[in-house]
Amino acid sequence: MIEARGIAKSYNDHQALKSLDLKIEKGSIFGLLGPNGAGKTTFIRIINQIIAPDKGELFFDGEKLSGKHIGRIGYLPEERGLYPKMKIGEQLLYLAQLKGLSKAEAQKRIHYWLERFELKDRVQAKVEELSKGLAQKVQFIASVIHEPELLILDEPFTGFDPVNTEHIKAEILRLNQEGATIIFSTHRMESVEQLCENILLINKGEKLIHGKLHDVKNQFKEGWYRIEYNSAWQAPEKSDWKVEHLPSRDGIFAYRVNLNGGPRKDLLDQLNASELISFQEEIPSLNDIFIQSTSGNE
Amino acid sequence: MNNLGLIIKREFVTRIRKPSFIILTLLAPILMAAVLFLPTYLATLPGEEKVITVLDESILMDIRDHGNDEFRLRYLNPKDFDFETAKKIAEESGDYAFMHVPLSESGDPDFVARNVRIFRDGDLGISVENYLEGSLEKYIQKEKLKAEGVDPEILARTRTNVQLRVINTKDNTETENAALIKMGVGYVAAFAIYLFIFIYGSQVMRGVIEEKTNRIMELMVSSIKPFELMMGKIIGIGSLALIQFLVWIGLGALIFTIFSAVFIDPALSDPGMINSSGVSDQLAALEEVPTFKIYTSLMTIPWAKVIISFLFYFIGGYLLYGALFAAIGSAVDKESDSQQFMLPITIPLILSLLVIIRALDNPDGPIATWMSMIPLTSPLVMMARVPFDVEIWQLLLSMFILAASFIFCVWLAAKIYRVGILMYGKKPTFKELYRWTRYKN
Repeated sequence: MIEARGIAKSYNDHQALKSLDLKIEKGSIFGLLGPNGAGKTTFIRIINQIIAPDKGELFFDGEKLSGKHIGRIGYLPEERGLYPKMKIGEQLLYLAQLKGLSKAEAQKRIHYWLERFELKDRVQAKVEELSKGLAQKVQFIASVIHEPELLILDEPFTGFDPVNTEHIKAEILRLNQEGATIIFSTHRMESVEQLCENILLINKGEKLIHGKLHDVKNQFKEGWYRIEYNSAWQAPEKSDWKVEHLPSRDGIFAYRVNLNGGPRKDLLDQLNASELISFQEEIPSLNDIFIQSTSGNE
Repeated sequence: MNNLGLIIKREFVTRIRKPSFIILTLLAPILMAAVLFLPTYLATLPGEEKVITVLDESILMDIRDHGNDEFRLRYLNPKDFDFETAKKIAEESGDYAFMHVPLSESGDPDFVARNVRIFRDGDLGISVENYLEGSLEKYIQKEKLKAEGVDPEILARTRTNVQLRVINTKDNTETENAALIKMGVGYVAAFAIYLFIFIYGSQVMRGVIEEKTNRIMELMVSSIKPFELMMGKIIGIGSLALIQFLVWIGLGALIFTIFSAVFIDPALSDPGMINSSGVSDQLAALEEVPTFKIYTSLMTIPWAKVIISFLFYFIGGYLLYGALFAAIGSAVDKESDSQQFMLPITIPLILSLLVIIRALDNPDGPIATWMSMIPLTSPLVMMARVPFDVEIWQLLLSMFILAASFIFCVWLAAKIYRVGILMYGKKPTFKELYRWTRYKN
């Protein structure tokens, strides 16, 4: 869907992006991760053609990205904002028409979306009269009203309460199932783990990690396992395994074991099935990976 | 509809629906009319009459002299009243003042001149004093001439009144001099442009700041080009200005017509009166009527040129300044930060207003000519000159320079704008603004 080759952008002396290459598959949910100031917004603005890269090329669906693709991209910026004095209906109509929809078509879709978000009776309300959460919903509608093939969401869940977060999440997944490619930029890792198949982690304008979420996690595994046991457990004496005792409670003993690259079977052979309560491979959370790789880069 | 059209429409429609705009548009001409006409109207109301009682013991004054609009003279016969009783009568009847012209034993008019006294409970109005002094001087002069043996008949016959008629011989046609009317037209036109540039230019700026503070810019520029957003706002607000201006002209004309029908002597605006006399008399009579004089001098103004220039300088000046205002709005986060950038815009405008005063006096002078070429001042200064019939090459050159510079300004402003709208926080300096214009995108 999107292919970037050697995208670079600097502001004055500050290099916001340093030669970024990347590929986003059609129909995927792509997580764009990075700490503040990593260059996420710069990259998103380049895709949206708000700014142009100094170097590099971007392709949209195999074609060189140009003005005609604007109508096929939907964007929910991190900086949320609407015209406060405009009525919701008018506002959505205006934004939809700017994306190239006809008036009749736009009105039909506004009707559909307002009904979906239970905002139908507020069409005549001005944006300034709405609560923050409702205004965010209107903003979300504005970004999807033209049924974009590529939907870019910059921190989509900020400002939503948990109920509405789930609601929006469900909508994002539904749009994805209907065929939309989604770029999801955030520094809140737990939502990425639930939604994204592919991720790109950038820091200081450079690519740190790129790939399938599953592969990335495997790559960051350090070979630790967690064991919960009904009795005390001892590692075989001859092994070079590292064993940490975790605080035990309610008579349950817990351990972290690292096999130093040995096969998992070796550990399982050492365990007595009747004493074993749980066995778990330690898979790093994206949060850990994020912190580990960005701080290691300092 | 294309995007620019949509933006223009939104800017226009949201503003024209505002109650404040509607009220201002309808009320301003009425208020203006009230300010202009109220004093005239009040003057026509019968005011409290001021009476000045005069005891003229020298029988110097003409008893047919009844004073002026401001006060009325009442003469007491010196045979019936002496000074004390006359003064008492004046005081008791609540007169404005009491004037005593004493009798000179030796018949010396200068003695009278030195000893005229006026009594008043309080200060005497300056105009009253001037009037009385003037007429007394006239009367005493008359006495003196009589004493020198000049017949008052001759004196009356030789009185003359000179009224200078200035004929403008430009273009080989003789027309009445109409400098005053031209100055009026020039000043009003230039001032209207000044007012609209300021009011609507700062509306453009406020609109841009509002979009910035509401954080809507990023969403907008993901759908449309910043240039379209900026031009849409400038043009939308400009159309609003034009509409308001036309409404004001229409309402103004209406109010003026009503006013003249009600307050100005209806005979003057009634052509029937003129038609009743013969042709030659008619012309002679016409030339004496002040409204006709105004009419003939209005005819000497090159109206087609004035109207076309007005529209051009109105739109050109507004576009030039509007673009600059938009650029300023994009560079700052709140209106209070805009002050330092406003200064370079305000100075040429204020300067133009000052130069206009001189340009009206000497429309072809070097200052007026130069300032009517420089683009930031030309909309006002040239407009003030146009009623005096500026040479066509000058007008065209000035228009060309203005057009070229507003295209340049719009281009420059767009460069600042597209960087500025996405910048938050720090207030930029002029140096940074310059650097923004150098950004590739």
